[in-house]
Amino acid sequence: MNALRSTPLHAWHEAHCGRMVDFAGWSMPVQYASIVDEHLATRSAAGLFDVSHMGRLAIDGPGSQAWLESLLTRRVADMPVGRARYTLVTSDAGGATILDDALVTREPDAADETPRLSMVVNASNRERVVAWLASRLPPAGVSLRDRTFDTAMIAVQGPRAIEIVTGLCPAADAARIAALKNYTACTATVADAVAAVSRTGYTGEDGVEIVVAASDAERVWGAIHDAGRPLGLRACGLGARDTLRLEAGMPLYGHELVATSDPFAIGLGLAVNLDAADGGPRRFPGVTAFRDLHERPRGRVRVGLALDSKRSAREGNPVTRAGAEVGIVTSGSYSPTLGHAIAMAVLDRAHAAPGTTLDVVIRDARQPATVVPLPFHRRG
Amino acid sequence: MAAEPRFAKTHEWARTEDDGLVTVGISAYAVEALTDLVFMQLPAVGKKVKAGESLGEIESVKAVSDIYAPVAGEVVAVNASLPAALETLGADPYGAGWIARIRPDDSSQVAMLMDRAAYDAVVKSQPH
Repeated sequence: MNALRSTPLHAWHEAHCGRMVDFAGWSMPVQYASIVDEHLATRSAAGLFDVSHMGRLAIDGPGSQAWLESLLTRRVADMPVGRARYTLVTSDAGGATILDDALVTREPDAADETPRLSMVVNASNRERVVAWLASRLPPAGVSLRDRTFDTAMIAVQGPRAIEIVTGLCPAADAARIAALKNYTACTATVADAVAAVSRTGYTGEDGVEIVVAASDAERVWGAIHDAGRPLGLRACGLGARDTLRLEAGMPLYGHELVATSDPFAIGLGLAVNLDAADGGPRRFPGVTAFRDLHERPRGRVRVGLALDSKRSAREGNPVTRAGAEVGIVTSGSYSPTLGHAIAMAVLDRAHAAPGTTLDVVIRDARQPATVVPLPFHRRG
Repeated sequence: MAAEPRFAKTHEWARTEDDGLVTVGISAYAVEALTDLVFMQLPAVGKKVKAGESLGEIESVKAVSDIYAPVAGEVVAVNASLPAALETLGADPYGAGWIARIRPDDSSQVAMLMDRAAYDAVVKSQPH
């Protein structure tokens, strides 16, 4: 077995009693003390997350925008500087194979006006996405670099996140961050470090994700932690990150979203642009199969399930109606915000309407559950 | 003066009471390691268990864990108020946080479990 990779913040996590676990080959904190406390701190004030295990790719060069336009399910050609988009990464194996979901951002142009883009991909898929993209590189005009190991990524999420982060910036940079709309990004100096800041996240709260050089990570993290603690900020592990994204109804690759998913059935139609900005057809890998799925939906539908118990449904639990299996749980947990168990599941279309009452088979017991609209929690 | 609890490798404790029944619970270390307890399934009174068989389950936000019977016997009582007050497990794991009382098939089985010093050594060797 290979040694686990560690992020530039590993020493901080260990010094602060982080319970370190293997996540996609990385040693990451699942929690520091209580997942519930970390979760609720993010909802009420702010949570600080080390997400440096996520893959960070830099795609630069005069041909970079057109090249990603040809490869990603979201339009890239019409992205202005500072725009971020949630996209799928697909190949055309077997019609369409979803390799990952990702965030693509148009970074500020280089000094010579060359376009620069970045992608954030899942840790578990980074190597195959990099290999796939590398295999499609044109002979010239685009450079692809994996920046995962020389940078760190820090998420600050929650109603006080912006106030905490902007308090560490020069006035002009603070104003720029405060003015960011959701899914936009800028560069700024944060705690004396050059940072790429985007108004994005994976918790359902307002907040930012910040990429800095690995050598600046501890200083930036420490400054945010020190400034945020008096306002209720807590460092959060991957445990809270998972319960927060579940309440926010956000899919996780390998769970709600898999290689063969029908993106329209699982509520990710917004991640697929079948038409170019000028109305013409797009040509990303798998587009023909997706166009067909769009016209004739047939995949299982992603839904939310509310259980009236504290006993949690877990991934893989069957969902039944009148004893017949109609779907399967893809993620489930106790919801710290709602105080009962919630789950996401993929169900046969006929049983997916909100209000439908079903059973989840948890170990040997049938637990009643009701189909509810996603998300479970919307920020106040 | 009640006997000292003895411990199973799987982090349950067992204590022989004056009436010969064995009180069973989970260790302070187990409660601390699980954190964020949200649900508990008690065994049914009258259930017969072998040592090492599932006596119930305890669920945290993260995962479900079995509670294993440290001794064989018949469940004669359960702490029915515990599932609605799981914080008791952390506050008083060897007292009010008891889970079940078992009439042991063999009253010498408790003595085969670890004493506190041996159990503490096991806990210290766990990855932190």
